[in-house]
Amino acid sequence: MTAQNHPKGKARRRVRVGSIFVWIIMALMAIAFLMPVYVMVANGLKDAPNVSLSTMWNPPPQVTSQNGFVGAWQRLSPNMINSLIMVIPATILSSLIGAINGYLFAKWKFPGSDLIFTLLLFGFFIPYQSILLPLVRFLQVIGAYGSIWGLVLVHVIYGIPITTLIFRNYFAGVPTELLDAARVDGAGLITTFTRVMLPLSIPAFVVVGIFQFTNIWNDFLFGITVVPNPSTQPVTIALNNLSGTFSVDWNVVMAGAVIAALPTAIIYILLGRFFVRGILAGSVKG
Amino acid sequence: MTTAQATAAPTQRAAASSPRRRWHLSEQAQTILLLLPSIIALAIFIYVFIGTTFWVSLSNWRTLKPDLTLRQPLFATYGDMFSMVRWQADLRNTLVFTVFFIGFALTLGLTLAILLDRELFAHSFFRNIFLFPYALSFVVTGVVWRWIFNPETGINLFFEVLGINGLLHQAGLGPLRPGWLTDPTIVAQVNSVLAYAWPAAAGWQMKWGIPLAMVPVAIAATWQLSGFVMALYVGGMATISDEVREAARIDGATEFQVYTKVIIPILRPVTISVFVILLHVSLKIFDLVYTMSGVGPGFATDVPSIFVFEMMFKATRYNLGSAAAIVMLLLVALVIVPYLVSNLREES
Repeated sequence: MTAQNHPKGKARRRVRVGSIFVWIIMALMAIAFLMPVYVMVANGLKDAPNVSLSTMWNPPPQVTSQNGFVGAWQRLSPNMINSLIMVIPATILSSLIGAINGYLFAKWKFPGSDLIFTLLLFGFFIPYQSILLPLVRFLQVIGAYGSIWGLVLVHVIYGIPITTLIFRNYFAGVPTELLDAARVDGAGLITTFTRVMLPLSIPAFVVVGIFQFTNIWNDFLFGITVVPNPSTQPVTIALNNLSGTFSVDWNVVMAGAVIAALPTAIIYILLGRFFVRGILAGSVKG
Repeated sequence: MTTAQATAAPTQRAAASSPRRRWHLSEQAQTILLLLPSIIALAIFIYVFIGTTFWVSLSNWRTLKPDLTLRQPLFATYGDMFSMVRWQADLRNTLVFTVFFIGFALTLGLTLAILLDRELFAHSFFRNIFLFPYALSFVVTGVVWRWIFNPETGINLFFEVLGINGLLHQAGLGPLRPGWLTDPTIVAQVNSVLAYAWPAAAGWQMKWGIPLAMVPVAIAATWQLSGFVMALYVGGMATISDEVREAARIDGATEFQVYTKVIIPILRPVTISVFVILLHVSLKIFDLVYTMSGVGPGFATDVPSIFVFEMMFKATRYNLGSAAAIVMLLLVALVIVPYLVSNLREES
């Protein structure tokens, strides 16, 4: 509380009143922020006869086995599995590659390494529209077009810039004395990495892992362009298709939105601390 | 470690013993060798691919059958594109979206960070709620907000329930029932103003102004990303010690002035980062618009990324789609390259 900064009673009371006011504003903001979440969950829980545009804000009168989640899960569960098959290997591989690259760029600089790093990092910011056409062609040639493995490859490659950045920033904070000590003990570049740096980098792996999992799970552009077959598509594309299908009641669409959001939402709720660190590491410079 | 130190190290070792020198050289070789796969992959997947897209944008490839011969005159496809009313609308929409989205998200994100900065009861709970939408996919956001801004329901129900429409009716006015995403109106049209500077503007088919349908999209994007802005500001404020605030208060600054005169100026680097990141997000925005409103009535919510997607994957106008993609890339590069270069300079 800021009150303790004001020893005088009068000032303290004024701050208190101000604090209550600020707190009420925050609470109102929080309610406003949660409104779309309420819309998703409440309407998803309604069953088809109770879904009407004029009662969108009402809670479900009762929850039956006909609620939107049942239908949404039937339609989306195969795509949820596709997303998992895509996101898990892609996250692991891009994190590992990022760890090695980050270590080398942070601790084994060579002439021009910063420039090369910056050129790599540019790849994180480009609009992927500018590489899509050759990318699709390339995937067709190697036979990965239309498959989840093609998507894994794409996410690993385009994930390298950001995972390298986060690991590079992390390893830059590790004292160089540690490396020198390992060197004196006769450890080479790779041994130093596996014996000294890797054990130290668990927190960085958690941050990068969450960052990549969220990014890849939430991807839409690569999914919709690389995989045309609906049964192979990740869940974000399936949700969009569901939303555009007129024969589907919108309680199912709302429930589908909740289902598609669930994995990243759970990660956020359980590991929010690391999530924030990822944001700070990923956005505030190299 | 700077490059100067890095190059100084081997010479010292070389003086000590020659086998060590060979070992060290091979370490540098190992570094480059280990990095080489990533460097080659990205050189191809970023730079070669961009080059290819650029070539296609100059080519004759505008049907399913690939044709990579250069179109004469060069850049003719770009000329075609810029004279398309749809592409002009895309540029207008991106500009309008950018202004609204960055304005809203920066203001709201900074406000939230300042509110949280007081560390009142349950502030970390509130912080988690504000950041929550950032964990979700733009597709989820688009799908949900599409219903919230549906003229038949959502926000418009509030106008009925809160009695606003009743009041308007008594005042002899029509009910407040905005069309939101379905509204093709372009307000604040400036064609006649532009015509003073450029007489041809009076005859333009494209109406320069604010497409109202773009506003709900900017609001949805703000919902998703203002928590991210807040997180960056909260991170920045955590690095400012309490003594700084205390000193300002002793100098007679009000709580409000502590922020406007001291904290916000100190956080300038954060503001620059936030601005650059939001700007590049808004130039690239695709998923949200595609799922929320698509091209909109009369291209009122069409954006360059959707244009590229439709030209490349639906209309098979590959050269046109590529030209649009290259323009998108140039716009993003204008923002990102100076940012990356200044970061690089700062480090060395």
